[in-house]
Amino acid sequence: MKKLTQPLLLAVAALVAIGAQAQTKVTITVASFPDLDRGVKAAIPLYQKLNPNVEIKLATLAYPDHHTAMTTALATGANLPDVMAVDNDFIGKFAESGGLEDLGKAPYNAMQYRSQVAKFSYPQAMSVGGMLAAMPVDIGPGALFYRKDLTDKAGVTEADLTKSWESYIEAGKKVKAATGAYMLGNAVDIKDIVIRSGLKDGEGAYFDKKGQPLVTSARFVKAFELAKAARVAGIDGKIGAWSNEWTEGFKRDKIASQMMGAWLNGHLTNWLAKESAGNWRSAQLPNGSYGYWGGSFYAIPKKAQNKAAAWDFIKFLTLNKDMQIEAFRKLDAFPSLIAAQNDAFLDEPIAYLGGQKARQQWKVAADKIQAIAVDKYDPVAKDVVNAELEKVLEQNKDIKTALADAQASLKKRVRR
Amino acid sequence: MQAMSEPIHHTAQEPAAALVRRKKRFAFRDIAPYVFISPFFVLFCVFGLFPLLFSMYLSFHRWEPAAGFAAMNWVGLENYWYVIKDDEWFHKSLYNTVWMSIVSGVPQHAVALPLAFFLHRAFGRWRNAVVGIYFLPFITSSVAISLVFSTLFSRDYGVVNASIAQLSQLPVFSWFFPAQNIDWGQPQYTKWMVSFVVFWRYVGWNVVLYLSAIQTIPKDLFEAATMDGAKPVQQFRHVVLPLLRPMIFFAVTLTIIGNLQLFEEPFILTGGTGGIDQAGKTAAMHMYATAFVDGDFGTASSIAWLLFMLIAGVTWLNNRLLGQRKGDAA
Repeated sequence: MKKLTQPLLLAVAALVAIGAQAQTKVTITVASFPDLDRGVKAAIPLYQKLNPNVEIKLATLAYPDHHTAMTTALATGANLPDVMAVDNDFIGKFAESGGLEDLGKAPYNAMQYRSQVAKFSYPQAMSVGGMLAAMPVDIGPGALFYRKDLTDKAGVTEADLTKSWESYIEAGKKVKAATGAYMLGNAVDIKDIVIRSGLKDGEGAYFDKKGQPLVTSARFVKAFELAKAARVAGIDGKIGAWSNEWTEGFKRDKIASQMMGAWLNGHLTNWLAKESAGNWRSAQLPNGSYGYWGGSFYAIPKKAQNKAAAWDFIKFLTLNKDMQIEAFRKLDAFPSLIAAQNDAFLDEPIAYLGGQKARQQWKVAADKIQAIAVDKYDPVAKDVVNAELEKVLEQNKDIKTALADAQASLKKRVRR
Repeated sequence: MQAMSEPIHHTAQEPAAALVRRKKRFAFRDIAPYVFISPFFVLFCVFGLFPLLFSMYLSFHRWEPAAGFAAMNWVGLENYWYVIKDDEWFHKSLYNTVWMSIVSGVPQHAVALPLAFFLHRAFGRWRNAVVGIYFLPFITSSVAISLVFSTLFSRDYGVVNASIAQLSQLPVFSWFFPAQNIDWGQPQYTKWMVSFVVFWRYVGWNVVLYLSAIQTIPKDLFEAATMDGAKPVQQFRHVVLPLLRPMIFFAVTLTIIGNLQLFEEPFILTGGTGGIDQAGKTAAMHMYATAFVDGDFGTASSIAWLLFMLIAGVTWLNNRLLGQRKGDAA
């Protein structure tokens, strides 16, 4: 008798265990930052409808704190989330770190989705070695926002603004003369776009594939010349973006145009320039340029606990059409998924922009933006180049000398 | 005899048990003091000693923290040589730090000393209220102060430029003040602006230090000086200053250490970048940027240690100049 009961008990225990297994919830943690976390908040109920067994915990920190915390977590291998949000400014560094899963490889095999998302967004998240560190969830196609009331007053048309950089600067002079407003916050903005124009697919803005700095190339000379021309023309406010001067400039009608990601529309509408609603318009960047500002990504750390569940949730955030549209409509986060970019939401007029159907225009831009290889030393290069540009703009330093100095200084700083 | 033999009777069991008990109690008593003082040492080791030693260890490595511990590469003194020889931004930020330390530091004491003496003599029972007002900037958050000042110094909308524009309308003042707005973000002004904010913030702190020291000077010394016909200025020169030397040494030391580590004020006032041409970037800001913008924690640690050596050196020098000398009475 005793011999019989033992196996029976074991079998019952095993059955109970299996039953419990089926009922246990998988908990995944998501680390994000505002406003991106709102997308996750919107996704949780939708995702749990499909996957009732998955519990999602969201941990939100302020933008700089989030990336500092993630750097620390990657360094120590402790307190890592299952799903990690990464902003464009940090993706290069994180991709090279080796602390994130290569989503291009099995079991993720994310390379198969490459054609389904904006073509420049994958290279943003790829390391020099070609590993895919994260999935793009939203993109920031660039646009030229301008004050139609001010340009009208100066007798300047949209074509004058966008035809070429020269005509943009010329138009700026007229706007300044007629209204007293600066054409743009800072001449540095022009440089940032021009150095990214005319790149071949896969080339970096500051470095070539071997990590050699490219800052003495013709792109940079042209960029510096145009920025200098804008400064000499007196059409820039010498104002840094997001400074007090900048926000006041919008409120007091002192800035006539701003080149930035399409998401600036949300900032203008909500707080930067509430009063001038209806006076703003969006146009493509001057001189047929296309570029992106920002972009957000989701990655899985190598030491994450629930990689399979994390990957499933990331796929839901980034590749599920309904979810991408939900985020598009709720947060105005421009979808990285091409299928979601064709939603009817695209055709809705934007009241703030005088009823313009600007999202269609941003979609056109998103299709044309070239992929730019990201280097982990890009932030260092940006600092070095901007420091030299300031010398050109403010102290009349010769452009060729300044760029040569930047090249030398950059070689020293990156020490590779 | 019976009574005496009682304990002997139980020798087989009791001494062993007593020994164990005594041992236990002895052990606990041994540990108890350490347990009670351990919170400080635990916290100090975790948040003080470990980071200190680890940063020393880090300064001999090249390390990108996002890559984990495995990515540490021993490079010996390379980081130090790089910072000393090649890192022109470090040289520049060090120059800025020393410049701003002197320009904001010297006036702090030059103003605080006579001001403390003045407050000591005047105001009577209102003195504490007045001192409190001077002290207010010191206890206010430096970030809040910097934000307010960056608004005051705003080029187009700031109060400072608005006042200057008003002054430039007056006949004589128009020779000194320009009519157009001054861009305080320009490199030639940045350091002055930061120094002014630092001066404004810490002058009250020094006043409090000096005032408390003056209050300990015996009244009879002042009375004797008055009897001898010493005017307040002479009393300040010949009574207060010599007796305040230990406090001056202390206050100057604090200023040196604080100013060489200057971070928050220039960071907020220049929007975290150091301003145009990095005119307002301090060594501490450069260290921060090296670690958190460039992601190079090894070099950042070596900057930290070089800065430490500099501070230690200058403090030693200050000790030689102002500190107590052998044979000093007070």
